[in-house]
Amino acid sequence: MAIAAEARPAVGPMVPLPFRVTKRRRELADTWTLELEPVGGERVLPAPGQFTMLYAFGIGEVPISVSGDVSGPLVHTVRAVGAVSRAICAAEPGAVLGVRGPFGNAWPVEEAVGSDVVVVAGGIGLAPLRPAVYAVLGRRAEYGDVALLYGSRTPTDLLYGTELGRLRGRFDLHVDVTVDAAESGWHGKVGVVPKLIDGAHFDPGSAVAFVCGPEIMMHFAARALLERGVPSERIYVSMERNMQCGLGHCGHCQLGPTLICRDGPVYRYDELERLMAVHEL
Amino acid sequence: MDTIEAVLRDVPLFEGLTPAQLEVIAGCGSNVQFREGELLFKDRDPAESFYVLRHGSVALETFVPTRGSVVIETLEAGEVVGWSWLFPPYQWHFDARAVSLVRATSFDGVCLRGKCDTDPKLGYDLVSRFAQVMIRRLQWTRLRLLDVYGDGHRS
Repeated sequence: MAIAAEARPAVGPMVPLPFRVTKRRRELADTWTLELEPVGGERVLPAPGQFTMLYAFGIGEVPISVSGDVSGPLVHTVRAVGAVSRAICAAEPGAVLGVRGPFGNAWPVEEAVGSDVVVVAGGIGLAPLRPAVYAVLGRRAEYGDVALLYGSRTPTDLLYGTELGRLRGRFDLHVDVTVDAAESGWHGKVGVVPKLIDGAHFDPGSAVAFVCGPEIMMHFAARALLERGVPSERIYVSMERNMQCGLGHCGHCQLGPTLICRDGPVYRYDELERLMAVHEL
Repeated sequence: MDTIEAVLRDVPLFEGLTPAQLEVIAGCGSNVQFREGELLFKDRDPAESFYVLRHGSVALETFVPTRGSVVIETLEAGEVVGWSWLFPPYQWHFDARAVSLVRATSFDGVCLRGKCDTDPKLGYDLVSRFAQVMIRRLQWTRLRLLDVYGDGHRS
């Protein structure tokens, strides 16, 4: 069972709990995966798609999606793009970070039982989808065709490359990978990830799609899914804005009538498409 | 083995064409095979054909001084390779290289252009289908121009 922030009345949801870094693995030149265990307290059991607020003490706090098997230790894959995320990426095993959460809603893995599942990820957007992939594969027999379509900038930017190779070897999973640009000698595909949707094997009428990546990539992927015949109410996207409190109190992550930290980050595309088209939001 | 006409019926590019039109197009086609690394065509050579891929993958490449050959896009089974045969100056603008063993149907563009000249309806139907392919690839190219992963912050 997930331990929601509300279940810790002793400290309150705004107080970061100390978690120790137990493993740290470099994924890409600027991207690291950290495993975290609570210092004395209870383990956090998030749902696939949720995020936590990770706190580098004395520097600041950022929202980071959970990227590991949700039944195991807390796992985050972090790209070093600012002062806080750089400090988090630099945390060696033994270092202590603050954790609040988990926050937000989840990919509808349970609701997708019985359906084909199409996972479309771009760049580091694969990280928030990885727990959903694990959850589906953990109950593989309960789903129809499952496709994992992933795109990155170049071959050296492919996240979880070794794991993707392993997944590609499974007979019950269609994995397709593309990059936006490559030098000669790359034997994989070159092109945008929405293009992979045309070649994936699934029944559009009974498929559920989980999409995560840069917002414009999600827009094009959703459009390709719609053209393939997937109904918009069966397409889910994960949004990102300036999440700060994680509780829907501060309003920083407001997107029109919704607060992403509280009502999202996972939304049905038919509920979000109109908002994504409003430039001012 | 299927006839070229039978193969064409399963190619999305030719969807909706009449049996008579397919027969005309098939008359300009022949089955070809390329080994991994072999060129289907080369930049600046005369563009006198196009290919429908039946198996394998083809990379469109261009040579960039100091970088070597850069892959612009890869095309897979079911896709069409080449439209320069349709428009002056009938010259390729990129190299097309087989990434793996490629089996394809090659169409004689000069032969087909001649048939389109005498049958404008066929010409219109073919050009509108190639325009769809171009629009799709233009859209994907525009998305790539955005370099969406370049300074992404999703974590």
